[in-house]
Amino acid sequence: MAEGAVPRFWREIPQRYNLIGNKCNECEKVFFPPRESCPECRRKSMGKMKDFKLSGEGEVLTYTIIYEASEKFEGQAPYPLAIIQLKEGPKITAQIVDCDIEDVKIGMKLKSTFRKIQDDGYVGAIYYGYKFKKRN
Amino acid sequence: MVNIGIVSYGAYIPRFRIKSSDIAKAWGKDPKTITGGLGIIEKSVPSLDQDVATISVESARSALSRCSINPQDIGAIYVGSESHPYAVKPTGTIVAEAVCATPNLTVADYEFACKAGTAAIQTCMALVKSDMIKYGVAIGADTAQAAPGDALEYAASAGGAAFIIGKENVIATINQTCSFTTDTPDFWRREGRKYPAHGGRFTGAPAYFRHITSNAKNLMELTGTKPEDYTFAIFHQPNGKFPVRVAKMLGFTPEQVKQGLLCPVIGNTYSGATMLGLASVLDVAKPSDRVFLTSYGSGAGSDAFDITITDTINQLEKKKAPLVSELIDDKEYVDYATYAKYRDLLYWE
Ligand SMILES: [Zn+2]
Repeated sequence: MAEGAVPRFWREIPQRYNLIGNKCNECEKVFFPPRESCPECRRKSMGKMKDFKLSGEGEVLTYTIIYEASEKFEGQAPYPLAIIQLKEGPKITAQIVDCDIEDVKIGMKLKSTFRKIQDDGYVGAIYYGYKFKKRN
Repeated sequence: MVNIGIVSYGAYIPRFRIKSSDIAKAWGKDPKTITGGLGIIEKSVPSLDQDVATISVESARSALSRCSINPQDIGAIYVGSESHPYAVKPTGTIVAEAVCATPNLTVADYEFACKAGTAAIQTCMALVKSDMIKYGVAIGADTAQAAPGDALEYAASAGGAAFIIGKENVIATINQTCSFTTDTPDFWRREGRKYPAHGGRFTGAPAYFRHITSNAKNLMELTGTKPEDYTFAIFHQPNGKFPVRVAKMLGFTPEQVKQGLLCPVIGNTYSGATMLGLASVLDVAKPSDRVFLTSYGSGAGSDAFDITITDTINQLEKKKAPLVSELIDDKEYVDYATYAKYRDLLYWE
């Protein structure tokens, strides 16, 4: 296991499990992952960045199908990986699950779901987080 | 009298299915004999990125989405399963974090073969009744293991359900519960082993049938009820035949059993089995319907519940999460080779 993988994962649990980003209370812009300060309001946003839970609803902006996956994702290939426009503004990259690869479309409505992302073999820790599935 | 009961509930069944006939073919057995003998047409299969933690989180989130309770008011989460992803590190910690219930709550994982989920309901009831907590979440979920080629392979499936237990705005009152437990080695899995072992035919009469009938009779004696007082009856379902037979032995009709009998189309979800059966019943139940539930866990024990649906069920926002019938209908078939890959039956060093 890579040194520091567990502490880094642990620090990111709020983002990975619950899509906790943040919001600049000066200009109302939402960020994911959360940012220290707002790039627009800069100094004015200091102390005004508040945690913000994203709804997990969004749609496909663009996508690709992964045929040659890295070792940890081999068993799942081929699978769609998409850039997703979230309802609240931020864009994120995530895997789409429970969907035939032929059915993935730009503009397809999605919602987040909770899945195993990877693990450190049979002995190491298991990392969970968000993936996306079709929303009716 | 204070009503302790179910405030909300949620269910989850993975989308993949494998037909019993395809498993039979892989092992050179007659598909008709197998399917007919067990009463299982197909079973659910978890994908590589699903386990008891993900199934528990999905069910708990569904339960929370249907009501308006603050997750910070959850005082306890118990997850019952025999396929917890970690041997040491509770699944409940992952669930608690994923539903924003941390850090001021108690969490533990339960294990009692197929009845660990109903044991979790009983614990939550006691904590709510004693005012130690406001709400408790009881989950039963499994991604059941079966050795390739074993008879259990036709049944062992994946799914789960979560119940929020409380005493305000209950959609179903739990009037009474009782248990029946003995040391009966009908089925087990030794520490560190990947697959369970079982006592073959021994799993019937002295195990499943004795524990369920004894406990069901005890419950009816405690409550002064008869089978005909109930609208629905749910029994543990290791296959499609046992629950129907045990219902008949006790005097319940196939009509009472039907809504809670899911094994023929999703298999045996182990700790999820009676929990999903109850979720399926709550999907259609009307105020003042009465529900009889008896779980069974190998080893062996049974928990029985006498439940009455309240008027509040009409206010529950069921549409905010999928109904059990919708989860059953949303499916995609896999062949035995894909199933073997998803269930980690093929492993290499
Ligand atoms: Zn700003």
